Parts: sequence; C-alpha cells; structure tokens
Amino acid sequence: MSFNWFRYSSPQTFYPLAGRLAPFFWIAAVALTIAGLYIGFFVAPTDFQQGDSYRIIFIHVPAAWMSMFIYVVMAGWAAAGLIFNTRLSSMMANALAPTGALMTAIALWTGALWGRPTWGTWWVWDARLTSELILLFLYVGFMALHASIDDPRRADKAAAILAIVGVVNVPIIYFSVKWWNTLHQGSSVSITRAPSMASTMLLGMLVMVFAFWAYSIATALTRVRGIILERERHAAWVAQLGTE
Amino acid sequence: MRDALRAVFLRDILQAWRRRADWLTTFFFFIIVVSLFPLGVGPEPAILRVIAPGILWVAALLASMLALPRMFASDYTDGTLEQLTLAPQPLSLLVLSKIVAHWLLTGLPLVLMGPLLGLQFGMAPDMLPVLFYSLLLGTPCLSLIGAIGAGLTLGVRGSGVVALLVLPLYIPVLIFGSGAVEAVGVGTAPGGHLSLLGAVLMISLVVSPLASAAAVRVALE
Repeated sequence: MSFNWFRYSSPQTFYPLAGRLAPFFWIAAVALTIAGLYIGFFVAPTDFQQGDSYRIIFIHVPAAWMSMFIYVVMAGWAAAGLIFNTRLSSMMANALAPTGALMTAIALWTGALWGRPTWGTWWVWDARLTSELILLFLYVGFMALHASIDDPRRADKAAAILAIVGVVNVPIIYFSVKWWNTLHQGSSVSITRAPSMASTMLLGMLVMVFAFWAYSIATALTRVRGIILERERHAAWVAQLGTE
Repeated sequence: MRDALRAVFLRDILQAWRRRADWLTTFFFFIIVVSLFPLGVGPEPAILRVIAPGILWVAALLASMLALPRMFASDYTDGTLEQLTLAPQPLSLLVLSKIVAHWLLTGLPLVLMGPLLGLQFGMAPDMLPVLFYSLLLGTPCLSLIGAIGAGLTLGVRGSGVVALLVLPLYIPVLIFGSGAVEAVGVGTAPGGHLSLLGAVLMISLVVSPLASAAAVRVALE
C-alpha cells in the first residue's frame, strides 16, 4: 500500500490529526518555556555591560525570528492555496497570521523595553526596528483584507495575492529602510556587532526559540481547527462530530 | 492587440475628461495636504526647507492612494471589467493600459505641480529638477503598486482597507524619492536614489500588471 501524501490535505482528515498533534506542541511549549526562562533568569550570568536588562533577549530574539519566519510560511501556505486550490492551505495561512502579528508586536514591545535602559530611549528609527514595524503593517493588511471580504474563498485568494506581493516586497523594504537609515543617522547606535555570548546565554536563547516554535505550531493547529469547524459547519462530518 | 490597448486607454481618458471633478479632487487634495504642514509645523523657513521633500512625497503617496478606488470601481459595477476579462487580449496588458491612463490623470499633475510647491517651501534651485525627476519616476510606481490594492479591494466592505494594503508597499518609493531630493540638499549626488527608483519602477512594471489582473479575476469570481 503506497502512502497517500494528499490524505491530510482535506479538512475532514486534518481536523482530527491537528487535534491529536496540538496537545504535544502545547506541552512542549510550556515545558520549554519553563526550562528556557529558568536558564535565562537563574543560570545565565549577568552581562558586564548591560547588567540584567539584557535578559529580555530570551523573549525578544525568538519573537523577532518567529515574526519573520511565520510571514514566509504564511505566504507559502497562501500561495499553495492559490495554486493548488486547496482550502486547507488557505486556512493554515489564515491561522498563522494572528500569531505572526503577535510575535511582531512582542518583538517591538520587548525591544522598546530593552532600548530604554540600554540606549536611553524607547524607540530609534533604526533599520531593524523600522522594518519590523512595517512587517506588523503587512500582517495587519493581510488580516484586514481577509476580514473585509465576506466570501471566504474569495478572501483566501485575495489575501494570498497580497501575501505573495508582500514577500516580493519584504527584501526591497528591508534594504530601502537600511539605506535610508545610513543616510540619516550616524552610527550612534550599533546593534549589528554581536557581542560574544556566554554559552549558557546561548543555550537559554535556543531553548526559548524552540519554545516559541512549539507555541506557534500549537496555536496554529488549534486555531485551524476552529477555522475548519466554522467554514465546514454545513458539512455532514461536522454535524456528526456533535452527535458523537 | 494594439487597437484593444489603445481603445481601453482612450476610453478611460475620455471618461475622466467628461467627469473632470474626479481627478481634480486628487490634484487639489495634494496641494491642500502640502499646505497644511506649514500651518501645523510653523512658518520657519529653515525647518520647512528641511522637511519639504518628505512632506511633498508623503502628500503624493496619500493623493495617489485617494485616487485608487477610481481605477477599477466604476468598471466593476457596470460590468465593463467582466467584459475585459473575456476579451482575447491578455487581461494583464489591458489592466496595464488602464494603469497608464490612471497615472496620466492622477500622477502626472502631481509631477508638474511638485516643483512649484517646492518653491513655496523655499527649496534650493538645484533641488527642484531632482524633485521633478523623482516624482516622474516614482508616481508611476505608486499607480502600479496601487493597482494591486485597487483590484484586491474591489467590492469589499469598508473603504479604508486599501490604505492598509497599499501604504506599507509604498515605503521604498517614499524612501528613494524623498532621499534623492534630500541628497541634493546635503550636497551629494542624487543619482543612486534615482537609479533605485528606476529599478523599483521596472520591477513593478513587470509584477504589477500580472498581480493586478489576478486580483481582478479573484474579485469577479
């Protein structure tokens, strides 16, 4: 018997699979967060330059990575939905968008909290900060477009086109902001030179990165189950779920 | 093929000519927004001269965005757009000729008006031609990128969504456009910024008609 790769591309078969997988990712997210925060707050040494305020990187860096990575994954699912006309792909893109926007907001917020004691200001128009802010706008645009179209299939396709155009634009935006930044301000603030990091700091950060991964997958799976139920509510198999 | 493109183009120009108030709104919106800034910031010439390129460019972005719904909306409601998708010619090229017509009506007036408003802000004489060229290269990019947003938001609830979609995508044009003018202001050559603006124009010229046509097709499903 050959394995059918498309078996789980239908909402009906994916719904129970997501239900089985999600608890594992939730448990992993909680366990890794506890371990990562313990390493970050109690094991990792105090930084000799920044004191204890550097410890926010255990939240900040994973959130910033996820914010960018989720956008690409979301656009990938959206493109798959547009190309193969698979409903589930678009639902996955839709399920990822709020988590990506949340990660972007966390990255900006924690960055501001870190910037205040370190740079003495909540916000600088640095290239990274500015492009992260624009990334948040792109997420908001994706969700706003999807929400403003009543027919879900049409909304999927329109949002997919926007996400693909966004992915083409992200590098252009990043470099334009970078060059704009170098034109306008000198090297008053440099966050590009990476200080050599103690190995426990690195370990804590890696554990937190995996925790954020697990959290993002868990929320996406849980949310996609909700989206499946909402969209397939007229299907016979959903009606049967209620009677079981 | 060429006849069809010309017909679409001339039809849009003729329609706009018969309803002049439509595109004149964009033009006066641009002038009014630019004039609001001295009232808000204060009349000091030194400050105004520094912020002038940014103000003119942000106003151009907003004015271009204001004009976007008109690109496809009336053709969408009266069914013309549906007929265009049934035409044997590629929809992306038909859309491109609509974009060109739209730029001539809403973008070109801004290009011509920009240097005059620059004078009002006390811009140096050598900055004005650069402002002109940057607007000449940049406003077509705005029409092209905006067409994607205009297509995607056809028939959606709420009218403000197009701003959320389009303004973040406009950012590189804003940076290179105002950057070119500011470069002259600080005594460096604007060529690099203008070249990058040209590159953005070339990329959007290739990508935008395809994406806009796809967006229109989704809207008509």
